[in-house]
Amino acid sequence: MTEKLVIIGNGMAPGRMLEHLFQEAPRRYQVTIFNAEPRVNYDRIMLSPVLSGEKDYEEIIIHGDGWYIKNGIILYKGHKVVGIDRVAKTLKSNHGVVTSYDKLVIATGSVPFILPVPGHDLPGVLSYRDLDDVKAMLLAAQSTATAVVIGGGLLGLEAAAGLAARGMEVTVLHLMPTLMERQLDPAAGYLLQKAVEERGIKVITNANTKAILGDRRVTGVELADGRIIKATLVVMAAGIRPNAWLAKDAGLEVNRGILVDAGMTTSDPDILAIGECAEVGGHTYGLVAPLYEMARAAAGRLAGVENAIFVHSDTPTKLKVTGIDLFSLGDFADGEDREEIVLRDASSGIYRRLVLKDNRIIGTVLFGDTLDGAWFTDLKKREVDISEMRDTLIFGQAYQGGAPLDPMVAVAALPDEAEICGCNGVRKGKITGAIDSKGLKSLDDIRAHTKASASCGSCTGLVEQLLKLALGDAYNPAAVQPMCACTPLGHDDVRRLIKAKRLKTIPSVMQELEWTSSCGCAKCRPALNYYLVCEWPGDYADDYQSRFVNERVHANIQKDGTYSVVPRMWGGVTSAAELRAIADVVDKFSIPTVKVTGGQRIDMLGVKKEDLPSVWGDLGKAGFVSGHAYAKGIRTVKTCVGSDWCRFGTQDSTRLGIRIERFMWGSWTPAKVKMAVSGCPRNCAEATCKDVGVICVESGFEIHFAGAAGLDIKGTEVLGLVKTEDEALEVIVALVQMYREQARYLERIYKWAKRVGIDEIRRQVFDDLDKRTAYYTRFIFSQQFAQVDPWSERVSGKDKHEFKPMAAVSLVQAAE
Amino acid sequence: MRWIQIGSINDIPRRGARCVATPRGRIAVFRTGDDQVFAIEDRCPHKGGPLSQGIVHGTSVTCPLHNWVISLETGKALGADEGEVRTIPIKVEGDEIFIAVDASASRAA
Repeated sequence: MTEKLVIIGNGMAPGRMLEHLFQEAPRRYQVTIFNAEPRVNYDRIMLSPVLSGEKDYEEIIIHGDGWYIKNGIILYKGHKVVGIDRVAKTLKSNHGVVTSYDKLVIATGSVPFILPVPGHDLPGVLSYRDLDDVKAMLLAAQSTATAVVIGGGLLGLEAAAGLAARGMEVTVLHLMPTLMERQLDPAAGYLLQKAVEERGIKVITNANTKAILGDRRVTGVELADGRIIKATLVVMAAGIRPNAWLAKDAGLEVNRGILVDAGMTTSDPDILAIGECAEVGGHTYGLVAPLYEMARAAAGRLAGVENAIFVHSDTPTKLKVTGIDLFSLGDFADGEDREEIVLRDASSGIYRRLVLKDNRIIGTVLFGDTLDGAWFTDLKKREVDISEMRDTLIFGQAYQGGAPLDPMVAVAALPDEAEICGCNGVRKGKITGAIDSKGLKSLDDIRAHTKASASCGSCTGLVEQLLKLALGDAYNPAAVQPMCACTPLGHDDVRRLIKAKRLKTIPSVMQELEWTSSCGCAKCRPALNYYLVCEWPGDYADDYQSRFVNERVHANIQKDGTYSVVPRMWGGVTSAAELRAIADVVDKFSIPTVKVTGGQRIDMLGVKKEDLPSVWGDLGKAGFVSGHAYAKGIRTVKTCVGSDWCRFGTQDSTRLGIRIERFMWGSWTPAKVKMAVSGCPRNCAEATCKDVGVICVESGFEIHFAGAAGLDIKGTEVLGLVKTEDEALEVIVALVQMYREQARYLERIYKWAKRVGIDEIRRQVFDDLDKRTAYYTRFIFSQQFAQVDPWSERVSGKDKHEFKPMAAVSLVQAAE
Repeated sequence: MRWIQIGSINDIPRRGARCVATPRGRIAVFRTGDDQVFAIEDRCPHKGGPLSQGIVHGTSVTCPLHNWVISLETGKALGADEGEVRTIPIKVEGDEIFIAVDASASRAA
């Protein structure tokens, strides 16, 4: 008969425990989980990247809903356990659910320490523990400008960096003289403070918070020395406390945390405790590696392994702030029996300190360059006598034995016992063994099979090097295709970082995202220009030198270097006056070819570049504007004659087409957008192979998208049916805006839709009315800056230099 | 060889180019992001595309027709492509730009 295992808490430790348990004793237990948070198990270490915008919540989920279903787990989301009856062996949630258990695991984690100062309970005072805190901070970051973070430890600094990345003005208050004093020595603390301040974050050390000010909500923080710092958001990150109250109420033995033996068992043999709430061997823990070690021991006990025990080990500390590299491990206090080796390089901001005792490393602090962290950790763990290499030890592994400074060599030289992933305690031998025996080929494979690099990700580089060593050229790290040779980042990462870091110029993108070329290339510059145009309408100054020639001169370059000119004919409708004006221009400038296009427009081909402004001038007098036939932008809306003339027409397709085109023209998009409106399902405007199409029917308007009729041929997908023209326009605009915001540069709608999923797009722009309105509103906002006729601008003299030679050297001059 | 003044560096946008018409064909005069100035024949060795219309990056230009990348310093095609355009001696004095026109140019014209 299966036993009942109940777990209180759904954080990383119990999640890991269950993974071990299902492996060691499958189907032994029926598992029930109570989670006070209304969600599945996610990677809390990654909250900081979510706060800064470098990752989304979906990317940090460890166990999705499917995992719980597959393992037959009953998960009560949003249920807080309010009492344990150890005699009846039952427990009860705040929603009244009562469950009995054979074995109970308490994994209630920790609670933030809230300074008991006046005002600590004002609205606007937050802690930083879970996704709800992050969401609250993001909300605050949208509407308020100044934040104070109390606490200059790991969590406080990550919160400060995240809020700053979101555009807030941030001050960090720290009680001690240097930052992160528990993990860093004063010298590294000073370098850290400088690096934090370089990000525009103010740091006040020796700051003793006296009160949080405000009547109805936070307005500032008052220090003991009388200083007042204005703030509309206060984040308390002054430490955590094991959450042991439930255990205490149940009569279990509790000290600082819930007391457990090395087998993670509490004073009640049927109750275990793991994670931040547990106290073992006099220690409580907050970093993930020892918590996973607890999970392993507890899983062993639950599976019936009597000798499964928790073993204490020092865990390195790393700060997850992009661009600040620091590493600290072990004991680094001065002492009579200790020696130290220090390396400083002020110009490159590097500081390294090793603390030695009896020729063995007992502590390490690295700042600026932390690549050797794994090596020093390994030397410390194995208690290697370093006397032989003492002179060069501080320079790192690459300098030992005259080996060249090649990271591959360094990784190759690591012994099999060397720990690669500190979070999950994965050693090199396990990774290389798994690559060989299971034929692993990618980072994701390694994560799935060994857990290495699956938590904080800071060892990803090392794991990739191991893959490369094992597979050679067969290893293809391009899980994410880089944008171009100038950056390892993919399009999606670049877009997200532009937004998160509020980057508003091409040089700042290249600087902040560490482009490897001085001013990009012909691939990345147009993409960056588009991303910035899209993200910061009205704010970003379009960089014409980063646009392809067609968009720079607003005409299509032809094979002989001449250009073609296509004026806009709304919905494909024209008039005698317009046709006469075109005929006159063709005569006047001796334009060799005039042709009707596939999008129902007239194309004049073979115009000399110098003539473009005059051609546009004459066309402009007849009321023509640019047809944007050259643009990665809104091109044409093709229409049929609809109910106006056609005996089959169900709606006025021509009027709707013209309305869409007048509403949307001028908008820049990732790739060209061609549209069509057909007045009945006979579909004479060929709307079902367009980027966006409308098929009119008696009951309304069927909206189609993601068709193609070029390199690929593909019929459209149906987005949905709407009743009115107004709604049709709103849905189309929302769809195009979603595409503008999410697609990669040069990716047509059908490719983007394939990647994102038709259903997801339908959910966002059709089903979810709030989202639809939000997209629609953002499109309208950006249109006020986009709807400027580029032709008339140039007729009035803009970019004059584009259209005439700089100079002409005559025969006479040359021969003189 | 004679130096002929063709204009000021300020006539050319940064990371951009302007043309100079000569009896021997069009010359493209480039200004890089860091204000270096180069002159090459305005004719891609591939299919004759107007290099002056391309995107300028570093000291290279990408042809607008088929994306060949040409070095402004040597006139040679970079990457896997092979080909070369003529480079024209150029100098900047103060803001003024001069290109060299040699005797052969006039004869050829």
